[in-house]
Amino acid sequence: MYVAVKGGERAIDNAHAWLAEERRGDTSIAELSIEQIREQLSLAVNRVMAEGSLYDPDLAALAIKQSRGDLIEAIFLIRAYRTTLPRFGSSEPVKTEEMACDRRISATFKDAPGGQVLGPTFDYTHRLLDFKLAAESDPQADAETAKPRREPTPHIMEFLNTEGLIQTEIACEDTPPDLTREPMELPSNRALRLQSLARGDEGFVLGMAYSTQRGYARNHAFVGELRIGAVPVEMEIAELGFAIEIGEMTLTECETVNQFQGSKTEPPQFTRGYGLVFGQSERKAISVALVDRALRWKELGESDSGAAAQDEEFVLSHCDNIQATGFLEHIKLPHYVDFQSELELVRKLRREAAETYPMQEAAE
Amino acid sequence: MNKENPRQAWMSLLAKAPTQSLEDKMTAVGPEPEFKWLRHPEVGGVMVQGRAGSTGGRFNIGEMTVTRCALQLASGEVGHAVVQGRSKSKAQHAALVDALMQTPRANSLKAQVLDPLMTEMAASRDARAAKAAATKVDFFTMVRGED
Repeated sequence: MYVAVKGGERAIDNAHAWLAEERRGDTSIAELSIEQIREQLSLAVNRVMAEGSLYDPDLAALAIKQSRGDLIEAIFLIRAYRTTLPRFGSSEPVKTEEMACDRRISATFKDAPGGQVLGPTFDYTHRLLDFKLAAESDPQADAETAKPRREPTPHIMEFLNTEGLIQTEIACEDTPPDLTREPMELPSNRALRLQSLARGDEGFVLGMAYSTQRGYARNHAFVGELRIGAVPVEMEIAELGFAIEIGEMTLTECETVNQFQGSKTEPPQFTRGYGLVFGQSERKAISVALVDRALRWKELGESDSGAAAQDEEFVLSHCDNIQATGFLEHIKLPHYVDFQSELELVRKLRREAAETYPMQEAAE
Repeated sequence: MNKENPRQAWMSLLAKAPTQSLEDKMTAVGPEPEFKWLRHPEVGGVMVQGRAGSTGGRFNIGEMTVTRCALQLASGEVGHAVVQGRSKSKAQHAALVDALMQTPRANSLKAQVLDPLMTEMAASRDARAAKAAATKVDFFTMVRGED
């Protein structure tokens, strides 16, 4: 029997009013502005843009403010907003070889043309709390400067490619599938996996990537190149018949070089994993590259070791934190009628059990 | 962007220009010319693509916000804009510059709006590149014992 339940409107309104008050916190402390969040919590903003799948730092900062810093809630807000936007079209593929690199490192080639550029990294910090930041006035340390590089920085992988030691990525102009338009179908392909992983939960993708390092579908990844910086985004304007740059965005790109013994179909060579993510998000980009490589086992003719990271159904169906949180958190909402039927069932089973084994119960 | 068509170059510059800076320059240019809307400013999304392994097949990374509009000056020239972000006034300014660049006012618009924007944007790009350059690693090889 279905029983419609109404009520609770006043309680809900009051809960939301209190939420707003709690969000603001102590009013004797200055309120956070969107600009402060955008500028000073920029890595949180980047994560919300990447997993919210919408590049707009101001919107991501607003979402973080509204969600009280709950990043999955903020990602949810961005995803919801995204669905209201009319789609004007698709860009040309971004040319990451033209990136103005803030950071560009390689774990495989020390003397890569363009050099090892550390950028604003947490690496090599001592991970000790800096109490100077807790002081009222944060002294502004100016970054050092040197002669700026204006020419593009070539991809390091291209140097391995000239020797034929690494598998080639063959350009393909097919329109890629878009999981925001059509439900994901399995088996998928690499384009769909890269989209899904780019917007996947950082923690989940990190965990999957870590599992490959610990031996589940091990593929011996080196970071061939990691680069972070700004790239222009170009789009064909139909009315004008030519392409223009419609904007610029910061991306993080990771290319891994993976050991490969060769298989029935492929000679021994290095293979690649790839991750490309909105914003400065290098943990995520490296994770995506590792998982991307693990999921390529079929095309490379590798064996299925049964590892979770090789199972695209497992990875792609569970990496989206908005889908996951939606299903997970719905179980806290009223299920009174469902539960009522469960209750009836358990009572009935107990009655039947008591009739079948009356002596046992008496003995207890 | 090195495009043969100068219109591609200025539209690209306007799309990426900081909203406030473009607005300031347009204010300095003087009163807005008379125009009518062909397409009112509209906020939307563009799906941004990448390539697997940077050179392979296309895939979708995610969307970005853009605002587009089209207008026509009283003198007949049509201006288009597709600009990054959600600022309708930025789109309007960009479309106005695009239209005015097709009129005899082009030289003064270039001098008052486009050239200074280009200089500012190049300076801020250079400033970042200069900080990046200062973090470039200089390796030196240690003399090893067995030598």
